[in-house]
Amino acid sequence: MPFIPHTEEDVREMLATIGAPDIEALFDEIPTALRCGKLKKLPQAMSEMEVAGLMSARANQDGQPVCFMGAGAYDHHIPAAVWQLASRGEFYTAYTPYQAEASQGTLQVLYEFQSMMAALTGMDVSNASLYDGATALAEAVLMAVRANRKSKSRRILIPRSLHPAYRRVVQTMVGNQNIELVELPFDTAGGHTDPATLAVFDGQDIAALVIPQPNYFGVLEEVDALTDWAHANKALAIAVVNPVALAVLNPPGEWGEQGADICCGEGQPLGAPLSSGGPYFGFMCCTQALVRQMPGRIVGGTRDLEGKVGYTLTLQAREQHIRRSKATSNICTNQGLMATAATIHMALLGSDGLERVAIACHANTQSLTQKLASIAGVEPLFNRPVFHEQVLRLPISADGVLDQLSAMDVLGGLDLSRDYPELGDAILVCATEKRTEPEMDDFQQKLQMILTC
Amino acid sequence: MLIYQQSRTGRRAAAQAPLQKAELSGIPEAFRRKQRADLPEVSEMQAVRHYTRLSQQNFSIDTQFYPLGSCTMKYNPRGCNSLAMLPNLLARHPEAPADHSQGFMACIYELQEMLKEVTGMQAVSLSPAAGAQGEFAGVAMIRAYHDARGDDARTEILVPDAAHGTNPASAVMCGYKVREIPSGADGDVDVEALRKVVGPQTAGIMLTNPSTLGVFDRKIEEIAKLVHEAGGLLYYDGANLNAILGKVRPGDMGFDVIHVNLHKTFSTPHGGGGPGAGPVGVSKRLQPYLPVPMVAHDGERYHWLTEVDCPESIGRLSTFAGNAGVLLRAYIYARMLGGEGMERVAEYSTLNANYMMKRLTDAGFEAAYPDRRATHEFILTLQKQAKQLGVNTMDFAKRLLDYGYHAPTTYFPLLVPECLLIEPTETETREELDGFIDALCSIKQEAEEHPEQVKSAPHNLPVKRLDDVRAARELDLAWKPDNFN
Amino acid sequence: MSEVPNELKYCDSHEWISSVEAGVVTVGITDHAQDQLGDMVFVELPEVGQTFEIKGECAVVESVKAASDIYCPVSGEVVEINEMLADSPELVNDDPYGDGWLFKIRLSNEAELDSLLDADAYQAAIDA
Repeated sequence: MPFIPHTEEDVREMLATIGAPDIEALFDEIPTALRCGKLKKLPQAMSEMEVAGLMSARANQDGQPVCFMGAGAYDHHIPAAVWQLASRGEFYTAYTPYQAEASQGTLQVLYEFQSMMAALTGMDVSNASLYDGATALAEAVLMAVRANRKSKSRRILIPRSLHPAYRRVVQTMVGNQNIELVELPFDTAGGHTDPATLAVFDGQDIAALVIPQPNYFGVLEEVDALTDWAHANKALAIAVVNPVALAVLNPPGEWGEQGADICCGEGQPLGAPLSSGGPYFGFMCCTQALVRQMPGRIVGGTRDLEGKVGYTLTLQAREQHIRRSKATSNICTNQGLMATAATIHMALLGSDGLERVAIACHANTQSLTQKLASIAGVEPLFNRPVFHEQVLRLPISADGVLDQLSAMDVLGGLDLSRDYPELGDAILVCATEKRTEPEMDDFQQKLQMILTC
Repeated sequence: MLIYQQSRTGRRAAAQAPLQKAELSGIPEAFRRKQRADLPEVSEMQAVRHYTRLSQQNFSIDTQFYPLGSCTMKYNPRGCNSLAMLPNLLARHPEAPADHSQGFMACIYELQEMLKEVTGMQAVSLSPAAGAQGEFAGVAMIRAYHDARGDDARTEILVPDAAHGTNPASAVMCGYKVREIPSGADGDVDVEALRKVVGPQTAGIMLTNPSTLGVFDRKIEEIAKLVHEAGGLLYYDGANLNAILGKVRPGDMGFDVIHVNLHKTFSTPHGGGGPGAGPVGVSKRLQPYLPVPMVAHDGERYHWLTEVDCPESIGRLSTFAGNAGVLLRAYIYARMLGGEGMERVAEYSTLNANYMMKRLTDAGFEAAYPDRRATHEFILTLQKQAKQLGVNTMDFAKRLLDYGYHAPTTYFPLLVPECLLIEPTETETREELDGFIDALCSIKQEAEEHPEQVKSAPHNLPVKRLDDVRAARELDLAWKPDNFN
Repeated sequence: MSEVPNELKYCDSHEWISSVEAGVVTVGITDHAQDQLGDMVFVELPEVGQTFEIKGECAVVESVKAASDIYCPVSGEVVEINEMLADSPELVNDDPYGDGWLFKIRLSNEAELDSLLDADAYQAAIDA
C-alpha cells in the first residue's frame, strides 16, 4: 500500500486492542446514508517510476523558451546551494515552529530573514512572510486602515502604474470591508505617477497612498515627493518594491523626509524559481510604531532558562489562533520555506552580489532596449528611467508577434493591451542577469524578421 | 550564532553573482541607494555549513514522529518533490503562452477533477494559497451569492466554539459578524443552541467535520437542514478531510462550499510554516463565484478561465495562479495513491488514532470523549495531572521533545482544558506509535515521582525552555550590529 | 486567593472602579483577572479625550497566550491614561489596584455606579 506501512498482523492486533471486528467498524458513527461508496472517477494508482514518466513527458511538452518576460516574476539565477539546503527534510518537512525548543533551526532562519529584509528595505521590522506580493499589499492596505487613527475615511490611493493583478487582488481582499480604492492616473509621457496630479486630493482625508518602485512598467517613480505628499496629508505611505532593485535603489525607509510607513512586495526574485507563479512569498516591513498592527508570524529573540540566546514566535496575540475574530489577519500557514530559501539566497549573494545582479539586470535591459529599438517601428514608450523592464511600442498588434516569437522558443514579453488598451500595441520586456548577448541578438533578429514579413 | 556574526567585510561567494560589474548608467543619482544594505558577507561554504547546522536544530517528519493534531503531519513522499522540480516545470513563467503550457495545465486540470470527485463538489478552483485563504474565498462566495440575490439582511456567520481561529477571522475579513455555537457534552454541535440562533440574519455556518474535537458530527444532516431552511449556506473547513477521504464526502453531507488543505490531506510539505494550498470546491449555485484563474479543457486544448470568462467571480487571490508548485506535488501524490489509496488514507489514519486512544486510556490517561470513536485524531486531557501534580500539558509537551517525539497540539481546541490533540496519520508504523505511548506513560510516572524533571523540560535540546514573556516585552525582531558589540 | 479590596466597586467582566473624586473614577483590572491572564506583555489604552458608552470596548490587555478586551464599566470621557504601562505592562500583574491602573474617566452618568458589584458580590461571582 503506497505510504502505509501496516502488515496484516499489525492490523489484526491493533483491531484486537481496540476491540473492533474490522477497520470498517471504526467508521460506524458516520450515518450510513451519507457514505459515498467507491469513487469511480479517480484513476488507478501509479508507481513512482510511472508518474516520473508522465511528469517528464508533460514537462518536455512545455519546453523551456528563452525568457524575456517579467511582469512580476523574474528569471534570476538561483545558487545551487539554495534549494539543496532548503529541501533538506529538516526544513522541508517541519511544521510552523510552535514548539520553539524543537524548531530553533527554522526560527533562527526566520529571524535572519527578518533582519535581512529590514536591512534591504531600510525599515525597522519585518514579518516572516505572507502569500505573495499582491496579498502582501492587500494586507498592507488593511493594516494602514487599522493603524491610521487620524483618518476616518478608509480611502486608499492606488496608482494605475501598479501591477494590474495587485490591484485586482486588493479589490478582492478588502472589497467587503467598506474600503474605497481610488485609482491615480499615470503620466503618458513618463509612465510614472506625476506627484502634481495628487493636488486634487490635497487636504482630503486619505488613509494611505500606495507607491510602487519600480512600477509595473519598470519606470522609477518620484518616491520622495509621493511619500512627503502622503505625510503632509496625514496618510500613510505604503511602498511596493522589488527586493533586487533595492540593492541599488533608495530603500523605502529613506523615502522623503520621514520614510515610508509600510513596505511590502514580491519576494520571488530572492531565490524562488518561476514555477508557474508560485510558491513565491510576500514580504512586509514597517516602522517600529506599527509593529502590533502587522499581520502574520513574527519571530523574536529571547533567552532560555539558563540565559542562552534563542528564538520564538512572538506578538502572537495579534494572530487568529488567539484573537480569532479580532485578529490582524486570518493568515495562518504562510510561505516559510520560500523565506528560508530567500535567506540562504541573500546570505550567498551578500550586498555586493545582489548589487551586481541588480546592475546586470539594468544593463541587460538597457542593451536589449537598444537592440530592439533599432528595428523600424519599435521604440520605448516612456521617457523616464527604468530598472529592469521596459515598455516598447510595436508597429503592429502585439499578440500575433508574441505568438510567432513563442513558436520560435522566445518569450518576447507581455502584451499590455489586455490591461492597458490605452497604450496601443505595446509589450513589456525584461532582461535579467541571465540573458546573454547572443540571446538578445537572437531575439532582435527574430523580431525583425517577424516585423518585416 | 547568527550568519551576521560570521560576516567579514569584503568576503563573498563570488561564483554566485555576475563576475563583471556593469555600469548603472540609466539610473540618476537621486534614485540610488546611498549606503549598501547590511547583508552578511560570507563564503559559500560558510553559508552551506551554517544552514546545514541550523536545519539540524529542527524536528521534522523526516527525523521524528510528529503527531500534531489537526495538522496531518504525514510522510511527504520524496518523489513528489523531485518530480515537481523538473527543470522545465521550475522554469515555466506564469504568463507563458498556451503553447508552452499544455503539460502543466493538464496536471492542474486533472487535479481539479480529482478533487471534485473526492469531495463531491460541482467545481473546484485551486488558486487559494493556504487554508485560511480558502476560507476567505469560501465566505466571500457565500457573500457574493446572497448579494446577487439582494438578500442583504444576512450579516452573521455561525462558527462552533471548537473551530480554528482562522474561521472567525476569515468571516470578519468578508465583512461578517461572528456568532459562536457551543458544542454539546458529546462533542457534537449543540443543535438546540444552533436552532435558537439560526435565522434570516444567518449568512452561513462554518464547520469542520470531523471537528477539532476528534469526533465525527453525527447530526450533520440535521444541521445542514436547519441552516438551509433558514436560507444560510454551509461551509466545510477541510482541515480534517484526511479522516474521511473516500468514506464520506462533504458534498454528500450537504455542504455548499469547502476548502481542502493540500498540505495536510494531500501530503505536500509544511516547509516550517508553508507554503500550503487551499483549493475551494462549490455546489452548483456557487459555481459562478469561484476565484480565478482556473483551467478548462475544450476537448483538445487546455486554456485559462479568467475574469473575462467568469464575470461574477469573487476575483483573484494571488498575482498569478496560486502555489502552483504545491499543486503539482499534490497531483503527483494523488496519482501515486489512486482511488483505492485514498480510501486507505482514512482507514489507516483512523486505525492508528483509535489504537493509540485505547492504549493510552488503558494506561490511565483520560480521553476527552471516551465514549466516542476517535477519528484520525483524539484528545487527552491532563486536568488531573495539572491539578494533583502541578504538571501541566505544556510540561508534558516539552518533556516529549526530550524523548525524541514532537509534541501533539496543546491547548487547542480551547474548550477542553489541559488538552493534547494527537494525530498520528496513516504513514506511521505501529512500532512508532508504541514508542510514543511508552514515552507518555513514562512521563506520567516521572510527573508523579520527579515532577521537577518534567516541569523544567526540555533538557536535551539546543536550548532550554524559552522565555516567551521576555520575547514579547523586549522586542528583538532584527539583528543590529550594536546588539553584540 | 486573589485580593478583592473592600473600598472598590467591580464589574463581572473583572474591571475595578475607584470611588468618585470630582466626577472622575480610576479603572483597572482585578487581581483575579491578572492572575488568570498571566504575565502581561502589552496594554493598549484608549486616547485621552475619547468617550465611551457603558460596556463599550475601551482597552486590550495582552499576555503571551491571550488577549482580553476591557469593557468600560461606566460611560464617560477618558481624562488620563497610565503612561507607565507602555514600558512596564508588568505593573498590571505586580500591583493591579495601585500602579497597574489603566485609565481615569469622567462620569457622564453617576447613576451607573449603582449597577456595579461591591467586593462581596464580586468575590461571590469569581467563586461561583
